[in-house]
Amino acid sequence: MNNDLKNQADELAQVFASDMVGAPTGVGRFGEFGGMFVPETLVPALHELEAAFKDAWADPVFRNELDTLLADYAGRPSPLTRCDRLGEQLGFQLYLKREDLNHTGSHKINNVLGQALLAKRMGKTRLVAETGAGQHGVATATAAALMDMECLVYMGEVDIARQELNVFRMRLLGAEVTPAVSGSRTLKDAVNEAMRDWVATVEHTYYCLGSVLGPHPYPWMVREFHRVIGTEAAIQCRVALGADHPTGRPDVVVACIGGGSNAAGIFSGFAAFPEVDLVGVEPEGGAAIGHGIPGIVHGMKSYLMQDEFGQVSEAQSISAGLDYPGVGPEHAHLADSGRAKYEQVSDAEVIDAFQLLSRTEGIIPALEPAHALAWVVREKESLAGKNVLINMSGRGDKDVGQMMEVLGDTL
Amino acid sequence: MSASDLLPFQASLEARRSSGGKCLVPYLTGGLPGWELMLEAVASAGADGIEVGIPFSDPVMDGPVIQESSELALAAGATPPGILDGLSRLDIGVPLAVMTYVNLVYRFGYERFADSMVKAGVSAAILPDMPLEEAGDWCGAADAAGVQTVMLAAPTTPDERLSRIVERCGGFVYAVGLLGITGERDSLAASAKVIAKRLKDVTDLPVLVGVGISTPEQAAEVCEVADGVVVGSAIVRRVLETGSPESVADFVGSFRDALDKG
Repeated sequence: MNNDLKNQADELAQVFASDMVGAPTGVGRFGEFGGMFVPETLVPALHELEAAFKDAWADPVFRNELDTLLADYAGRPSPLTRCDRLGEQLGFQLYLKREDLNHTGSHKINNVLGQALLAKRMGKTRLVAETGAGQHGVATATAAALMDMECLVYMGEVDIARQELNVFRMRLLGAEVTPAVSGSRTLKDAVNEAMRDWVATVEHTYYCLGSVLGPHPYPWMVREFHRVIGTEAAIQCRVALGADHPTGRPDVVVACIGGGSNAAGIFSGFAAFPEVDLVGVEPEGGAAIGHGIPGIVHGMKSYLMQDEFGQVSEAQSISAGLDYPGVGPEHAHLADSGRAKYEQVSDAEVIDAFQLLSRTEGIIPALEPAHALAWVVREKESLAGKNVLINMSGRGDKDVGQMMEVLGDTL
Repeated sequence: MSASDLLPFQASLEARRSSGGKCLVPYLTGGLPGWELMLEAVASAGADGIEVGIPFSDPVMDGPVIQESSELALAAGATPPGILDGLSRLDIGVPLAVMTYVNLVYRFGYERFADSMVKAGVSAAILPDMPLEEAGDWCGAADAAGVQTVMLAAPTTPDERLSRIVERCGGFVYAVGLLGITGERDSLAASAKVIAKRLKDVTDLPVLVGVGISTPEQAAEVCEVADGVVVGSAIVRRVLETGSPESVADFVGSFRDALDKG
């Protein structure tokens, strides 16, 4: 990178000094959201985790070890790709932050390497995790193999059927995959099973939570481990937009939202700059912010799809990774404060966007970031002439089997 | 505080304790078909109080049996106001507590829920996913309405925290007997007596051990230290298997006998 180092340093200082996307207050609160709504058994473990994370995050040795792993093992920094063909077709400049090119195929590895290092540092010997599409499960199984730890991944029975490639990858990596057979048998139920496991095994087990979800300190810690996405993207955009651009920042940053970890990561690089619009894109059938109201589940207060009595609804999305009725509490706060806006797209729009990027740019996206793409396609008129950054949070290899069934002979 | 000032649930437990006995609190899932009859049968089998579960879609502290009973009750149309209504119509001579997860109470409204408990004649609430850190808002509403909040203490809870928990706690202290979720176990966990003893050292409230108390023998064993037991999954499994109030009452009676023999 050849741009002015002082500019970069100033910009980053501004990002980190910002209250937006800063540390939570009280017991893990982002505004009124967040908290620590868990059985007593887990509370001491969460306090211990918070202290261990603060200690590690302030320790240059830990940071250096993580940075080295992210560079030499995961392949960071991930590139920023300008999409000229699709951009021309849509009428704006389109940039993709290529988290799909990370080792294991998604942004999930950033968080997992951080948490697995932390688990080691805390003396834990076993990782448990939940997974939806399997990307977080594969990343956790990968880190467990690398660091010689036992690994058990809970996955909804429905998701095991539609993401069988990732199930096999996890087993190949030496992890055990256990189906969650209650409720909707998707991500929500996998989280329940992982929490139940942890209540019984908390003394030697580390719960490697896969999104900016759950009780404090997870929403904050997981976002910090993904902050690298936003930090890199802020610098890369400055270079890509050129010295003549007045701010060096994109006009709009778009990311898909399940729990919201990839969005939290990329938003963290831009939230301090009010001229940058932040857009989270939820699936129509799993839109906690779009269709939910405040509620408490999985340890946190946040927006939640639920019935009039507070029973949690079952999400319905083509994308296993976004098939979740809740959302990370910081997103609930960003929505309430108006700093970010949250939009919904349909499965049909996602299927179109999945094919569009494949054909125009030679990039097969995961179904999750295809949601972000589907929104910019729909909004192309209001985005005309702008610089638009999408977090391409994962690659589509895992979805090819499912899409063969959806698209079949139509290709 | 004299015994006559105590709310009914705690008064019943303290009366049993002061007469030299051990307390028995069976758990039943509310809203299952025929649940009111089951409650009446259990009340007459020697219960000192009954814990009624209001089923939640995502019960993270519960094992397979309570999960199954919750799913069945929800499928049968169970709702929080429906169960509280049902309780208000019962007159079984045994005080009642409700156990549920915090979202159902939050959604209903903390004040409204506490008031509805009073109207239903329920004097204590157990909310397993509402630890000390998050208890303030609910406890404010509960205290104002005159219902008690039973707090949980776990084997992992440090001593300093144990003191703060019993200070905030009312009715009885729910000592979680093991590391894990609700469900039957082959033997009594070593942690059960340890947590009971640690609590007895810091509080005069009745200390009842729950989670993993599966047989009359295990109940008697833990009551060498504890003031009593909460028995859930072992009873609910028989509810699901037999559907027979008589056979469930017989089973509860076997716990009563074991505790009385000491």
